[in-house]
Amino acid sequence: MKLRRAIAFSVLGIAASSSWAQSDLGFPRKVEAGSAFSVQLPGNGQGTLYIVGPGQAIKKDVQLGEAVSFPVGALPNAGHYVAILGGGESGSSEFDVVATGKAADLSFLAKPSRLPVGMRDGISGAVYVFDNYRNLITAPMQVQFELTNPAGAAQTRSVMTRYGAAWSEFDSTAQQGKANFAANADGASSVRVIRQVPGDPCAIKMTAAPAGQKIQLTTDPLRDCSGNAVPDGTIVTFTLAYNGAESTVDVPLKRGIAEVQMPAHAGAMISVASGVVLGNQIRWER
Amino acid sequence: MIQGRLLAVFLFVATIAFVVIGTLWPVPSAAAYAGGASIVRSASTPEAAADNLGDEIKAQHWPNAYAALANKAQFSEQDFVRDLTGSDQSLESNATLNNFEVFPLHSDNDSAQVRMKFYWSTVVGTSVSTRDVKIVRDGDHWAPEWPLVKEATVPPQVIPVNYLRWDVIYRGAGDDWGAQDVEAPHVRIIDMHPVQRADGVVLLGEILNEDVVPAYVSVNATLIAKDQKPIGTEGSFDKISHLLLPKQVTPFFILFPDATLSDVGSVHMTPFSTLVPASADPVIEVDNEQITPAPDASLTGQLINQSGRVVSVAHVLGTFYNKSGQVVWVADQYVPTALLPGIAAPFNIHIPEDLAKNISTQRTVVASYTYGGAI
Repeated sequence: MKLRRAIAFSVLGIAASSSWAQSDLGFPRKVEAGSAFSVQLPGNGQGTLYIVGPGQAIKKDVQLGEAVSFPVGALPNAGHYVAILGGGESGSSEFDVVATGKAADLSFLAKPSRLPVGMRDGISGAVYVFDNYRNLITAPMQVQFELTNPAGAAQTRSVMTRYGAAWSEFDSTAQQGKANFAANADGASSVRVIRQVPGDPCAIKMTAAPAGQKIQLTTDPLRDCSGNAVPDGTIVTFTLAYNGAESTVDVPLKRGIAEVQMPAHAGAMISVASGVVLGNQIRWER
Repeated sequence: MIQGRLLAVFLFVATIAFVVIGTLWPVPSAAAYAGGASIVRSASTPEAAADNLGDEIKAQHWPNAYAALANKAQFSEQDFVRDLTGSDQSLESNATLNNFEVFPLHSDNDSAQVRMKFYWSTVVGTSVSTRDVKIVRDGDHWAPEWPLVKEATVPPQVIPVNYLRWDVIYRGAGDDWGAQDVEAPHVRIIDMHPVQRADGVVLLGEILNEDVVPAYVSVNATLIAKDQKPIGTEGSFDKISHLLLPKQVTPFFILFPDATLSDVGSVHMTPFSTLVPASADPVIEVDNEQITPAPDASLTGQLINQSGRVVSVAHVLGTFYNKSGQVVWVADQYVPTALLPGIAAPFNIHIPEDLAKNISTQRTVVASYTYGGAI
């Protein structure tokens, strides 16, 4: 690697210092990345051709006066290149290798991977379009974004890339579940999964019943304001206040409901909450 | 150069001399802690008997301490040791007695009552326990009667537990840079209030996990002076329940030592959250919580482990609110004993007396740590 770099710099230095005296080698001004092409070299006899570009340096022994061929994939990286001929005949040429116009790969950044239902512009997707040699295609290109909710309904949006990138935003749907978020451009596609999760409980309703010396407290199944079941594991806090004392328990939802047994005290005030959402209160008179 | 050699020779000779002196004429307490002779003095007074007992416990000379008890026939040495050192990898199990104090309560010719205050060094700081010990006269000396607290036992049984558990798979090292990773939990600071205390500025507040997955949380804060220069940055450290299940709220307490509130122009809060594997088990009931007013203001109550696993260490955090619902103080206590299933363990959280009169309501959360388990 170091040797290549040293060669490249020295060749560039030679080319810069003597370019006034050198003839153009006749390389095309623009070459598509990875494509095959050939160049008719001037002069006769043996020579050495150096080609230096981004991340790449090639040294090639050539027969002057004949065509030199570059096979498919010889120059895969897009960028500005310099070709220098040494030996019996000297000359140089500068040319650009450009990305192919055909999209082969997308880098698709979808954020976030998990969000509550019903969030306006909550989902964002950004796409970078690459050719099959991972060169960014900077020419404008149509990108199709498609968000398919768990019920199968799809929202689509077409966006033109600017300097190789396109982005769009979507609302999360009202229904919880996994949504597929896809981006397509010129046949290349990429899919991400967005998990839409229930929001805060819309209301919490608790019932109390005697259970021996204790009170059995049970909530109704918890749902958010879109009707989605609040997931198991969500913490529900029961508080029982009596005679200046309190008892509290943080209970995780299990099969959609939270239940707990607490000490029975006549006149106790029982309340329930989850996060910042308060539920009903019960006064226990027995 | 010569002076340096002289100093080296002097230090060498002095070291040898001190080693010889320490070996031939050791300090009695040092010899006792090193496993040498006992340091007990004549138990000619109740206080001396209590001091002797404390010294033996401090040196972990369990047979000597047990032998000195007047009521040793009522329990075994093993019971006595277990009463002091706990079990189930609780805080007590890994504690050593750093210091103790003896306060005489009353005394007559044949018996006396003293209060022994033990200062234990634990992995989370000093833990203080108190025992009222009766000292009885036995001929020409006094002997303590140890107030043994029998450890509750749980009968053999099977407790079915089917609470949720969350596991996490993160993105792989070889994934494309655009590939998704699991989203960090969404947490929100729902309250924050700075107060000036004698030892500095304290930030009190609460943080909510508003996501549907468990979160490991911590809070950092930076005080900004009125000229926009930072005064300092501190974190909540252990004055927070780091593991928050979905929709769970924890208080936090951040101390800026020696800072002055009047110098503060603004506060920059940085909540941090990361997704961690967790279990919804164990569920711990906080029962019979009561606020005792000043003097000796405190929040007392008891913890009842409603699950089947033994909780090695329980950390109780109390959040105290004034009449308008604003957080006025956050305090905590590590419970020294393990929480056995269904067995109540008391806690007592001290409240500063000047704040006690402002407290109208409180909320308690419990963070639990199980030996050999995750957070």
